[in-house]
Amino acid sequence: MTEKYRAPRLILPVGERDHSDGSADAALVLLEYGDYQCPYCGAAYPIVKQIQKHFGPRLRFVFRNFPITNAHPRAEWAAEVAEAASAQDRFWPMHDFLYEHQSSLDDATVFLREAKRLRLDAKRLDLEVSEHAYLPKIQEDYTSGIRSGVNGTPTFYINGVRYDGYPELVPLVAALDAAEPPAARR
Amino acid sequence: MSRAGVGRKPSVLSPGTKAPDFTLKSTPDQSVSLQEFRGQPVVLAFYPADWSPVCTDQMGLYAQVMPEFKKFNAAVFGISVDGIWSHLAFAKDRKLNFPLLADFEPKGAVSRSFGAYEAEVGESARALFVIDAHGVIRWSLLSPDGINPGADGILSALEKL
Repeated sequence: MTEKYRAPRLILPVGERDHSDGSADAALVLLEYGDYQCPYCGAAYPIVKQIQKHFGPRLRFVFRNFPITNAHPRAEWAAEVAEAASAQDRFWPMHDFLYEHQSSLDDATVFLREAKRLRLDAKRLDLEVSEHAYLPKIQEDYTSGIRSGVNGTPTFYINGVRYDGYPELVPLVAALDAAEPPAARR
Repeated sequence: MSRAGVGRKPSVLSPGTKAPDFTLKSTPDQSVSLQEFRGQPVVLAFYPADWSPVCTDQMGLYAQVMPEFKKFNAAVFGISVDGIWSHLAFAKDRKLNFPLLADFEPKGAVSRSFGAYEAEVGESARALFVIDAHGVIRWSLLSPDGINPGADGILSALEKL
């Protein structure tokens, strides 16, 4: 029988290795595979913030890397900067800063300055990025994405199932509403 | 006899079917025949048209994940009814690292032979096939309109060969 279409599922469940914003108890999990140099991910960034505001503690947001290296030459570097910031407990501020400054990705000093502003050990961050200390983690994200059916960036998963609608506020909220277990709604 | 000509979805060839042989142009002066690739797995990605306006469309994604396909020694081809010149420009823009074949004349003939032609719109359907080293289809998928199926199904099928 020809395989009937079914939205793919995450093959690597959300866990300790992930960057997670929100309660581990939340019944709704929105996961994004993103590329820091991708303009569509840049456009989705404020939408995700609005979604988080809308759902509050009912939602957990998880970010994984999917750098489209053949189209975005700075995407992998940017991911390494965010992961190095994560090693010093500043993942989300650096993730946010990267998306807010996509046009500056060619200029490393912009981000080292931000690292200092965030009270990170910028020298350590710079060294770890140049040594590709966190590249294996990024590659693990990437491979998990390919095998989970990531088909471009951003690709969202709602409670482990790939979201195939537009990455826009209204359809995403509708899909999240539909996925939320009734008991969790208020 | 086209089964897609009356508003019904195409019905792609099922696993176990011998893949129909074909010869299509990949460049103005080069052709590709499926038979040439007997002995290695072949991935055929039929798609509606070049130039979809999204960041990393299906063909760009396959270019990005090509190292994964190469682990299986798979030959990968994209096929649409666009002509050679559109394919060349598109392939250059997306930095594709596999050939795009022009199912241009007769229009959609190869797509039809695989059950992957949308006659109403005159485009290939978004359909994937994984063909084994003996020329037999071992996996196929018809993706709904507008949904880029990604690479996971292809890779799972290649693993099972």
